[in-house]
Amino acid sequence: MHASARAVSAAASWWRPMASRLDRVAGGVFILPAVVVILAFSIFPLLSSLYVSLSRLGFAQGGVELKFVGFDNYAKLLFGIDRPHFLGVTGPLTPIGIAVLLAIYGLFALLLYRYARGPNRTIGGLVGRVLATAIAGTLVWLIVNTVLTSGRPGTLVVTLVYVAVDVSVQYLLGLGLALLVVQHLPGRRFFRVVFLLPMMITPVGVAYLFRMIVDTSKGPLYPLWAHFGLTDISWVTNPWGARLAVMVGDVWQWTPFIFIVLLAAIETLPHELVEAAVVDGANRWQVFWRITFPQILPATITVVLIRIIEGFKIVDLPNVLTNGGPGTATESLTLHAYTIWRALDIGGSAAVAYMLLIVVTFVGISYVNLFRPRAATAA
Amino acid sequence: MSRVLARAVVLLVFVAACSNGSNTSSNQSFSGTTIRVVTFTGPQIAEPLQRRAPDFEKATGAKVQIITVPFSDLYQKLLTDFATKTNSYDATVFDPQWMGDYVPPGYLEDLTDRVKNDSALQWNDIAPFFRDFSATFKGKVYTIPLDGDFQMVYYRKDLLQKDGLQPPATWDDYISIAQHFQGKDLNGDGKPDYGSCLAMKRSAQSYWAWISIAAAYLQSQGTKQGAFFNTDNMQPLTNNPAAAAALTVYKTLSKIGPPEQLNQDVGDSRGLFVTGRCALSLDWGDIGPLAVDKTQSTVQDKVGAIILPGSKKVLDRSSNQLVDCNATLCPYATNGVNHSPFAAFGGWSGAINKAASAKVKDAAFAFLSYMSQPAQSSVDVTIGKTGFNPYRTSHFNNMGPWTASGMSETAANDYLGAIKSSLQSPNMVLDLRIPQTAFYQQTALDTALAQFLAGEISLTQCMTQITNQWNSKTEEIGRASQLDAYRSSLSITK
Repeated sequence: MHASARAVSAAASWWRPMASRLDRVAGGVFILPAVVVILAFSIFPLLSSLYVSLSRLGFAQGGVELKFVGFDNYAKLLFGIDRPHFLGVTGPLTPIGIAVLLAIYGLFALLLYRYARGPNRTIGGLVGRVLATAIAGTLVWLIVNTVLTSGRPGTLVVTLVYVAVDVSVQYLLGLGLALLVVQHLPGRRFFRVVFLLPMMITPVGVAYLFRMIVDTSKGPLYPLWAHFGLTDISWVTNPWGARLAVMVGDVWQWTPFIFIVLLAAIETLPHELVEAAVVDGANRWQVFWRITFPQILPATITVVLIRIIEGFKIVDLPNVLTNGGPGTATESLTLHAYTIWRALDIGGSAAVAYMLLIVVTFVGISYVNLFRPRAATAA
Repeated sequence: MSRVLARAVVLLVFVAACSNGSNTSSNQSFSGTTIRVVTFTGPQIAEPLQRRAPDFEKATGAKVQIITVPFSDLYQKLLTDFATKTNSYDATVFDPQWMGDYVPPGYLEDLTDRVKNDSALQWNDIAPFFRDFSATFKGKVYTIPLDGDFQMVYYRKDLLQKDGLQPPATWDDYISIAQHFQGKDLNGDGKPDYGSCLAMKRSAQSYWAWISIAAAYLQSQGTKQGAFFNTDNMQPLTNNPAAAAALTVYKTLSKIGPPEQLNQDVGDSRGLFVTGRCALSLDWGDIGPLAVDKTQSTVQDKVGAIILPGSKKVLDRSSNQLVDCNATLCPYATNGVNHSPFAAFGGWSGAINKAASAKVKDAAFAFLSYMSQPAQSSVDVTIGKTGFNPYRTSHFNNMGPWTASGMSETAANDYLGAIKSSLQSPNMVLDLRIPQTAFYQQTALDTALAQFLAGEISLTQCMTQITNQWNSKTEEIGRASQLDAYRSSLSITK
């Protein structure tokens, strides 16, 4: 008995360090496949496309050659021959433009001041905020100088306008519909399904649908346009009309996404809070603003972030609806990259794609930093 | 009955061709071979290839797999496939303009000897322009023409005759006829119609339309003069009074047409024309067969076709001014009007991947030859949905297939007459065919034209933008090598 007990104890003494070693590496082993997949499918393409954006593709005997050209492709976009296409053309500022600029810069200054005077300030946080404000200020300057003047917006500004308008309208409509559907109204189950349908349709299908709808001379809405005498007016040949058509299509397609997420968030709210507020004499607006809205704020922040990121990548609608026209009026950054890529200027295309990545990352991080503390406070 | 007869004739010719000792002659000689042919998503172009592939398989044993990709992706898909040595396509039916990118790196098979040795192909029956310019690069044959592409003007014969108007001889005539009919009911449905319908959508076919207009002002001394660059120094011909005149015509026409014109491609303008809603249109040969297609056309036998309108003033390259035509400046002018028909696109052509195996290359050549042989092509060019337009002498001389397709003899004569007069013109403008043509035309020119039409940029800005973009690309690739490629494409040897 003793001998066997000794054997067991010897085996245990051998196994224990082995087991603890295995335990130590287990985490790494389990994570390794994911790391390999991310490295292979995400990091490697990211780095290789960064290299491509710094080079120019040429065709040599029997293959291709990538010639390193430094920041040439970026310089072309920011200062060179493609600057008007990418950044747009500025015009002299109008009084409205000046007022808008002053208002937005004032708001930025106020936010910075409040942070600097606040209890949670850190040096790193302040530097980050000053930097973010400077970049945001530049983007606002660009938008105001190209949109609110006689100039014209480039693909960067057009994309920013799409994102700002689309996501705001989608959120307001999605929230409104979600609040409507949770009411005890007849047919609400039916409408719950109907409201989701646009999201199920392929974006190219939506684009063709809107192409037919906006065709005033022969589309399905022809009788309507004819009734109002609008058959000689085409709204896709006017820059803002065409942008509006793209935005209406995008809003129509993606409002359901915000609707479904907010509906889920609203339906999980405890009834007791609302009932208690009603008993205390709160009106409907107070119930929404003080109870419902703060509780759905985390869901709101997430769903808006997803839509912002997705919104920056808009390509199907302007491509099918107008091919980016009239002129370059509806061209988004992704469509800009695609147009260049089609002529096999892969370096130039990658540079546009990287500029998009930088803008999306900046907007995404700024947005999260701005709203996360509020969500935490509300929760 | 005539259709049955025509088919019987075609069958007989085909049988005769097969017994002629060509590559396609030996029965089942390619048994077990599969040819992967890539072209653009049809129905045009892909349709005749798909329709005739089973017949070819029956005759030779070779299986033909037609792969289709969207037109806008075809250029880079092919180039990527060749360059990365993926070689997933054995042959392609493509835009011969891209030869400038595909031939120098050695991606395409030299077909010179094969063409010479294939009697059934009847190479000399193909019109000289397509043989010597479209199919040839630096003196060697790389493609087999399957389509004859150049742009023409179509007009409503009934309307012009009724109002005592002559078909347009110049672009000024075109504008005044378009203005005359704009807003009038042209098809009897009580709705106002349009004077002219053009494709002006961005990233579509609009830049070809502009070149068709500009050609008359830019090139007057024969194909070798070139209409895109100065053949001495590769300076673009896009910033001068001729380009300005063409842009002015183009902008004027953007306002005499459907309200949606800036967002319409050729599919839209063809649809409008054959349903009787336009008095004039500018297009490839496709409108001819479409106008007799009873399933969609309401203008059968009401359509006339003519060579592209010209100009009485042309660019004098020594002074860089627009000057009146004279015998020296415009040696090919008719009644003082310089016509420069434009071989826009150059016609869909077949080419073979050099990296394919020898047997597959033989089979691919046999298939392309089979598609081009008069027995097949003379029928295909009469069918609107094939997208193939006439390119052989026999297509013009043999009226049987045309009348069998439903075209009246007058209409066929009119249509073929317009093509013939374009084809026989020594002043035909060859489409651009140099490395990265896609950038010069589809990206730089197309974007600037779209911006100009939309009012984003002025006429001067438009010309400067095109010129700067073209010069920048030329410098990037190398001015000397681009000049050499451009001169080669025009067969300038000295």
